[in-house]
Amino acid sequence: MAGRAPRWLYPVVFLASLTPFLYIAAALASDFFRGTRMLGSNPIKEAEHFSGEMTMRMLLLSLCISPAVKTFRAGWLIRYRRTFGLFAFFYVCTHLTIYAVLDVELNWADLVADVTKRLYITLGMAAFVLLVPLAVTSTKGWIRRLGSARWNWLHRAVFGTVVLGMTHYFMAVKKDITDPLIFATLFALLFGWRIREARRRAVGRSG
Amino acid sequence: MLIRVTPEHAIRSSDITPEEEYQNRRAFLKVSGLLGLAAAGLACSTGRAEAQQQGTSIGGAELKPELTPWEDVTTYNNFYEFGTNKDEPAQNAKNFKTKPWTLTVEGAVAKPGSYNLEDFIKPHKLQDRIYRHRCVEAWSMVVPWQGIAMADFVKSVQPLGSAKFVEFTTLNDSKQMPGQRSPVLDWPYVEGLRLDEAMHPLAMFATGVYGKPLPNQNGAPLRLVMPWKYGFKGGKSIVKIRFTETMPKTAWSVSNPSEYGFYANVNPAVDHPRWTQAKERRIGEFRKRETLMFNGYAEQVASMYSGMDLRKNY
Repeated sequence: MAGRAPRWLYPVVFLASLTPFLYIAAALASDFFRGTRMLGSNPIKEAEHFSGEMTMRMLLLSLCISPAVKTFRAGWLIRYRRTFGLFAFFYVCTHLTIYAVLDVELNWADLVADVTKRLYITLGMAAFVLLVPLAVTSTKGWIRRLGSARWNWLHRAVFGTVVLGMTHYFMAVKKDITDPLIFATLFALLFGWRIREARRRAVGRSG
Repeated sequence: MLIRVTPEHAIRSSDITPEEEYQNRRAFLKVSGLLGLAAAGLACSTGRAEAQQQGTSIGGAELKPELTPWEDVTTYNNFYEFGTNKDEPAQNAKNFKTKPWTLTVEGAVAKPGSYNLEDFIKPHKLQDRIYRHRCVEAWSMVVPWQGIAMADFVKSVQPLGSAKFVEFTTLNDSKQMPGQRSPVLDWPYVEGLRLDEAMHPLAMFATGVYGKPLPNQNGAPLRLVMPWKYGFKGGKSIVKIRFTETMPKTAWSVSNPSEYGFYANVNPAVDHPRWTQAKERRIGEFRKRETLMFNGYAEQVASMYSGMDLRKNY
């Protein structure tokens, strides 16, 4: 697995990550303008849930990169951490737009009431806000300006986003928590890998 | 023989677009939707919304609502016995056996007993009723039900003076109902009404929808319909009806008492802890609607709850 990245990989990954968005946008438009049923009986709810789940999938993929780089000694993979991270941001923006425009219909009083009165929306919003500085500082320029130590420290905030986002997800489902449980298990594995790595490094230093 | 009893509040059949015409509407929508888009580029004016605007509205009450298409009524279902996703009941209930079907009536009644479904229905007038259906999850439909008035049945079994509530139990059979294999709810599903609610002329036992026998995913062969209450009160595939002195412990209120109460009357002023109940999305519509008090049936049912604190008795 080590060695160089095949040249076709990046465009393929990019397109694959974008396709769900294109699908959901086309399906939503088709359901409403052409009366199809691509997203079922309640297309807006479906699109809202789908975009939220896509956010978690992209966060998962982004968090897979570091373990993969280490395990397979494939340094060239590291650029995909940013790719998936930015796609997570892209999907959370989609999620938020669907929620604000199509669900709450830009009724600001309702929006404020939702964010302040309903804990799972407050937490979801917090998860989004925490992701903003990470998206902003994802450029090479910002990495240089911050220095790698500070940049790395800042980008640990992604774990905060995951915890807040997952709590939001668990609280949002009515009763059947199977799906969030699967996501939570995968995140736990990735968190666990990092804790083990950190311990190993600490032992290495003291020994 | 089918006897139509049309009370004042009912949406008259003549006011409603026939299913066929409704389906043709899609062709019309295609054109109007595209025209609307091309002409104005109005993001909010979709074909569905335009069609809806043809219905008149006086004081928030709709005079000409469209029936929710058969396809939505029969594929967008909350029936956790067959899975928690909306499309799962239609998939998983395909082989559900509803014949023969036995109903038990017990508790504080002069005439308890066991009935074949046919014998349970036969003595009563079969009726057509078009009702709004409002789910606690803030979506809604308009459904043409067939069935019998619950009051007709209640009177026929002669409740004793001690009977204050009626408890309805859904079939408990995890062999046929795969959803019951996971403990999502405390099976079997139990619903309940106060005796006066069960005797209310709007309450019914539905055995059909759109003039066809009730599809399995909609609660075949017999389900409850109380249009002024949230949809989850409408217990499905009922096998037992018990008259009691004490308030039945209903499935959702046992599972999550802070979110779901015994009454579950549609009430735009009392929010669900996790979302507002002031608005709803009618399936098929692009814009949300205001939710009406008691789902628009306040005139008929409000008096049953006068003096009650509806914030506490949610």
